Amino acid sequence: MTRLGLVFLGMVLLFLYTPILVLMAMGFNASPLYELPFEFSTRWYSDLMGNESLLTAGFNSIVLALITSVLATAIGTLAALALSRRHFRGRSLLQLLLLPPIAIPWLITGTAMLIFFFWTGIGRGMHALVIGHVALAVPYVVLVVGTGLQTVRADLEEAAMSLGSTPIHAFFAITLPLLFPSILGAALFAFAVSLDQFVVSYFLSSPGYVTLPVQIYSAIRKGFTPEINAISTLLLLGSMTVILIFARFARPGAPK
Amino acid sequence: MNAQVNAPATAPVTHVAIQSVAKRFGTVPVLSDITTSFAPGSFTSLLGPSGSGKTTLLRIVAGFVTPDEGRVTIGARDVTDVPVWGRNIGMMFQSYALFPHMSVARNVAFGLERRGIRGAEAARAVGQALEMVRLTGFGDRMPKQLSGGQQQRVALARALVIKPSVLLLDEPLSALDRRLRQEMQVELLRIQRETGLTTIFVTHDQEEALTLSDRIAILDKGRIVQAGRPADIYERPETRFAAEFLGDSNFLSGTVSQGAVRLGDGTVVQTAHPLPAEGSPVTLAIRPEKMAVTESAANLLTARIVTVIYAGPVLSYLLETRDGTKLKLFLANRDGTVLPEGETISLGWSPDHAIPVAD
Repeated sequence: MTRLGLVFLGMVLLFLYTPILVLMAMGFNASPLYELPFEFSTRWYSDLMGNESLLTAGFNSIVLALITSVLATAIGTLAALALSRRHFRGRSLLQLLLLPPIAIPWLITGTAMLIFFFWTGIGRGMHALVIGHVALAVPYVVLVVGTGLQTVRADLEEAAMSLGSTPIHAFFAITLPLLFPSILGAALFAFAVSLDQFVVSYFLSSPGYVTLPVQIYSAIRKGFTPEINAISTLLLLGSMTVILIFARFARPGAPK
Repeated sequence: MNAQVNAPATAPVTHVAIQSVAKRFGTVPVLSDITTSFAPGSFTSLLGPSGSGKTTLLRIVAGFVTPDEGRVTIGARDVTDVPVWGRNIGMMFQSYALFPHMSVARNVAFGLERRGIRGAEAARAVGQALEMVRLTGFGDRMPKQLSGGQQQRVALARALVIKPSVLLLDEPLSALDRRLRQEMQVELLRIQRETGLTTIFVTHDQEEALTLSDRIAILDKGRIVQAGRPADIYERPETRFAAEFLGDSNFLSGTVSQGAVRLGDGTVVQTAHPLPAEGSPVTLAIRPEKMAVTESAANLLTARIVTVIYAGPVLSYLLETRDGTKLKLFLANRDGTVLPEGETISLGWSPDHAIPVAD
């Protein structure tokens, strides 16, 4: 059984990482047509430095992901706290409504958002992307933080209050530190949801404000150049570093 | 906000009073018209089944629950509208509720910090509190590294170090195994006596209530059905519920007839206690250990032994009378003799031990 499991795990890793490794390698191959033999070159990286539109799109993507991450984490954490610690009318309904968006295909969500934003006059562009991405990311944050909250007993805050803490102090001294790994995990999740997002971004971006996946998509339509491999490699290394640092220091779910 | 919870130099001897307190959750009444008081330095158990309102009553004293009606006073202060953090209470929770991200010393110092006590003074107080619960040298450990019993002691030290006006215990021992629990009961009593703190203890465990308290209040369906010294309640229960919840009891139902009680099968039972009016229905409670196997007593009843439970020091017999009434009999295991199942025996008891109870 264990051996079979290892074989499966090996295959999963193989199929996940091989294409990525090939993509990274081809970014350093001199041939624009992915021809072998491999000839090392940094040509595509220097080309990339001159490719204004790809660089701008990459920068846009990172800024958008950061904004989304901060907003969605703040909103989602507050929502998770309210859903698990407060009793109010419609609580179970709200909780129920949070989950379906995760299962709705992004194409449908994107179309719906585009129609709605057009109809309400919100339109397209960066502000529309921020609203759309935050809306997409909030359910994930609520899920991650909500799960983390289950490991933080409510009577800890009561104990703090019995010792003289106001509710606000009890929250900052007890619940927040215990919840921190979950909140950090949720923030990364939100960051990833935004950075990965193509479909919704495609609908909501305006000609003047494009994210990297959208830019890559239109670049591919015009003709594939290994500059795309280069920027993808940079992006990949960046996000993997963040995730690995998080995994090393925070260990999601487990209080330190 | 620290000014109002400054810890006094010594633990004050505080009187706690509850006056006409009522609480409902939605439309469900949880507590109705509770009036009781807790004498300075006393150890009172609130005893009752789950849903009796005992925990809500404790949480009203703590300030976690605001009563719909009535007043709560701690010492000379009416605290009904004072929030938890202004009441200077020491509370122990069922789950210990130690802060998992803080060391033992920081847990204990938490309440001191809230009172503006830091540095050497706080360290000294923490040391004393840990010494009192016999955990000297454990200050640097994390809660996770401690056993259940040790965590319990830390929780107690944390509640005591702030010199609270009143100590509130919410079933703090129920998560411990039997032996540890008995050890902690002894510790708790010792510390309560040493500190002289007015203590209110919530439990559903009658044995624990009997062992620890100098006063028990029995709650049922949101009312205090009887309150008093443990021995008084045990020897003289006023209601069937009290007789059943504190200790075991046999019940015989009949009607009052010529100063005695006539049972359904015609047997007449004498009681030394006042009875209701002639002809009215009445229930008598008789403790199983106050019955004996005898043929010469003021009250006699024959019954068949259905089951024998050999519990070591005590033998419990489950009996059935001819009309199907089930009875219990506890006999001290003096010489190892066990009466056989199926045998019919004659039970006797004194009129003193037949206590009329309200249903």
